[in-house]
Amino acid sequence: MSDDHGHHKETFITKYIFSIDHKMISKQYLITGLIMGFIGIVMSMLFRLQLAWPEEPFKIMEILLGSKMAPGGVLDANAYLALVTIHGTIMVFFVLTAGLSGTFSNLLIPLQIGARDMASGFMNMISYWLFFLSSVIMVISLFVEAGPASAGWTIYPPLSALPQAMPGSGMGMTLWLVSMAIFIASSLLGSLNYIVTVINLRTKGMTMTRLPLTIWAFMVTAIIGVVSFPVLLSAALLLIMDRSFGTSFYLSDIFIGGEVLHYQGGSPVLFEHLFWFLGHPEVYIVLLPALGITSEIIATNSRKPIFGYRAMIASIIAIAFLSCIVWGHHMFVSGMNPFLGSVFTFTTLLIAIPSAVKAFNYITTLWKGNLQFNPAMLFSIGLVSTFVSGGLTGIILGDSALDINVHDTMFVVAHFHLVMGVTAVYGFLAGVYHWFPKMFGRMMNKKLGYLHFWITMVGAYGVFYPMHFTGLAGLPRRYYNNTAFPIFDDLADINVIITIFALIAGFGQIIFVYNFISSIFYGDKAPQNPWRSNTLEWTTPVEHIHGNWPGDIPEVHRWSYDYSKPGHDEDFVPQNVPMKEGEVELHH
Amino acid sequence: MTVFLNIVVVLLIAISLWQLSKVLKIYKASKEDDFVANDDDNKTQGALMLAFVIFLFLFVFYGFYAWGDVLLGTPASEHGSTIDALMFTSWVIIFAVFFLTHTLLFYFAYKYQGKKGGKALYYSDNMKLEMIWTGVPVVVLTGLILFGLYAWNDITDYDFDDEDQPLVVELYAQQFNWTARYAGDDNTLGDANVRLIDMDNVNVLGLDTSDPNYKDDVITKELHLPVGRRVHFKIRSQDVLHSAYMPHFRAQMNCVPGMITEFSFIPTITTADMRNDEGIVAKVKHINELRAARKAAGDEENVDPYEFDYLLLCNKICGKSHYNMQMKIIVETPEEYAAWIKTQKQAKDVIKLASK
Repeated sequence: MSDDHGHHKETFITKYIFSIDHKMISKQYLITGLIMGFIGIVMSMLFRLQLAWPEEPFKIMEILLGSKMAPGGVLDANAYLALVTIHGTIMVFFVLTAGLSGTFSNLLIPLQIGARDMASGFMNMISYWLFFLSSVIMVISLFVEAGPASAGWTIYPPLSALPQAMPGSGMGMTLWLVSMAIFIASSLLGSLNYIVTVINLRTKGMTMTRLPLTIWAFMVTAIIGVVSFPVLLSAALLLIMDRSFGTSFYLSDIFIGGEVLHYQGGSPVLFEHLFWFLGHPEVYIVLLPALGITSEIIATNSRKPIFGYRAMIASIIAIAFLSCIVWGHHMFVSGMNPFLGSVFTFTTLLIAIPSAVKAFNYITTLWKGNLQFNPAMLFSIGLVSTFVSGGLTGIILGDSALDINVHDTMFVVAHFHLVMGVTAVYGFLAGVYHWFPKMFGRMMNKKLGYLHFWITMVGAYGVFYPMHFTGLAGLPRRYYNNTAFPIFDDLADINVIITIFALIAGFGQIIFVYNFISSIFYGDKAPQNPWRSNTLEWTTPVEHIHGNWPGDIPEVHRWSYDYSKPGHDEDFVPQNVPMKEGEVELHH
Repeated sequence: MTVFLNIVVVLLIAISLWQLSKVLKIYKASKEDDFVANDDDNKTQGALMLAFVIFLFLFVFYGFYAWGDVLLGTPASEHGSTIDALMFTSWVIIFAVFFLTHTLLFYFAYKYQGKKGGKALYYSDNMKLEMIWTGVPVVVLTGLILFGLYAWNDITDYDFDDEDQPLVVELYAQQFNWTARYAGDDNTLGDANVRLIDMDNVNVLGLDTSDPNYKDDVITKELHLPVGRRVHFKIRSQDVLHSAYMPHFRAQMNCVPGMITEFSFIPTITTADMRNDEGIVAKVKHINELRAARKAAGDEENVDPYEFDYLLLCNKICGKSHYNMQMKIIVETPEEYAAWIKTQKQAKDVIKLASK
């Protein structure tokens, strides 16, 4: 079996396009995710310009958005909502779900568990191409006559169901729904593959308690994806039924545009339940892979075992379980029974416990380490910081009584961007810096990496810390401008500061793009194990081959965190190194 | 302004390109194997870690110093002070944990920066420590949850005794404005449904004229509330989701087409008194300075002097003019309120009965 690999002739198409090799598919996910991320970031910079200098003409708006969305360079109010909506959709689903999970689950699951490839390479290929198709449809929706979907990334009906309510709810919304339905199919195929692969294809000796935390995180992520994404699919299908076939799942008693519509008996609150049944686990679908990646990177670069390996696994599982029973905290003031509010407050605040365990375990891993500040390590430390500071305000939003007054304000925007947006992006970037040599066989430039990190770090706090104040001042989110309310006049300065930091952080990403692209072609050739890491992916040759290992798959003799273990000459002991005589393995 | 901004943007791009070309030179000159952090890098980055956490803490303090006065200030409802107390408690916990974790995180990063030949401690587990950072959050959160649930149950208990005599008011939302309907002398709202909306006969809220309770209902475009009396809001929407957000009263509830949602509070400070509140005086003064500056600069919009008023805002995305869907709220003495409501027309005098 193993002899066959790497020997058959491949055409350009089977190697680079319809590839069934997980390493190539992972690169495809990465590139697609980065392109979508670029679109999302540019959108956010554009609407931040509008928020800082409302109704000022900017030539760049007209150039990028056209004279319909930004006549004379002034962003139109509907176009503003469209930008906010698509920015959210792209960032949450296309960048941080498919881009992050797709890239690193595909790359690392086979390599770190010691498998030749995914359980089903063909399904894996289909998964990527469905994702690609959904990305294309989402981008196409930007160009339809009445504009793209604009009802917010949560697409609450009736706003999203009725073209009379806003122009974006016509063709734009239809394409959004189609794109998301395909996206969900892609995500499910991917997730099933990840789960099956981790359970069945681990190499000899790779017990569950020897798995790197990355794999634990990816597997649990895939499980919550499989549990919750189908619910979003059904929510989307019912919405399609309401929009196109006259059913009334979500709609009732509506008078709009001078006439009564026929809908009777449905409820938008049902949609909210279905949406957030995915929507909240989705936060952890985004976060857990990032946390898994940083666990690995922090341990490697601290030259220390990750502190509390079992507690980390337990907290991943606890977070995943809790994430499925807290969705109602998005709906405290939705009109649902207040008793449910009590239940969801209780379950929500419990999430703080496993989160605290993770944060303190990271910090303790640094303690008495021999920290190597590679760019990936910087982003991982940055992740711990934003995970804590963004997560902490969750105890305000998760508390139903407090949520009453900050619900749907800019405070929420600040909270979730820090804890899920920035944190997951840091995990993503840390992963790219760390595994770039594995993916492309070359090294990224570290100095550019440092510059990129510090600009991003200062930029991110500069954007989201002041934003908390605007929310606590009562400023609602998704406001095109706040000049209609004199009481918000004093927020103008803060808005300008936020936008300046957003521009700095946004332009800072050019450094990354440059570093990424130039390193693919001109980077230093990578050694086999540049970070002196223990995990199996670094035992494969630098040049990619089908089947990953030229000979037999290595056998595993220890967990992946034997860094600086006494009794060894080197400060790392790869997993495939047999135990010395009399050596004791931790945890077994 | 725009020209200036465009220049800034071009400048930023130019600077980044210049920086890139500079780094590119360093990059070209770099020696073999120079892609992994060496002792110099660890030293610089470790120092930057320490510098960053100092910057972050200063930034946090600066925020309170510079923007502390934009916050909402004194709550104007009875339950509002409970919410603010819970909020304050939460903030104390948040800042304690924030400063603790960030000090440890960045100090460790600085202190244990790597050195060639340095040795890390092989230390992978400690049950006692794990129990501490599981147990302490459990205790703290139990307290927070209990406090929170107590407040929430109190706020959302809408079963009022008849003696309480809460003032029943309907809030009616549509793209993009608000309407209020008072229940009138009988304090009972007449039935209504959007299917009964009849513009020709001025039945804009779809009142059911076969239900006699509608007759004394009063429909207004301003929300007047008597101070010290409980208000019980019944909330409707005719088209899409909206949210009735009254930040000064720490009150919010979504408006959902097809159902009636509710919220209730007791306003405790009249508009007149709130205008003399210390925080509000300072805030209004600041806003008027900004407005005067704008006027001096030749702007024409948003330059009139501003006087404080309570507001009802829409806080759920509802379409193009979501950002300007508001209604003024006036809290006044019971006498003023009684005098005002008398001047308003009752529904029976407004709605023309369709010939049956």
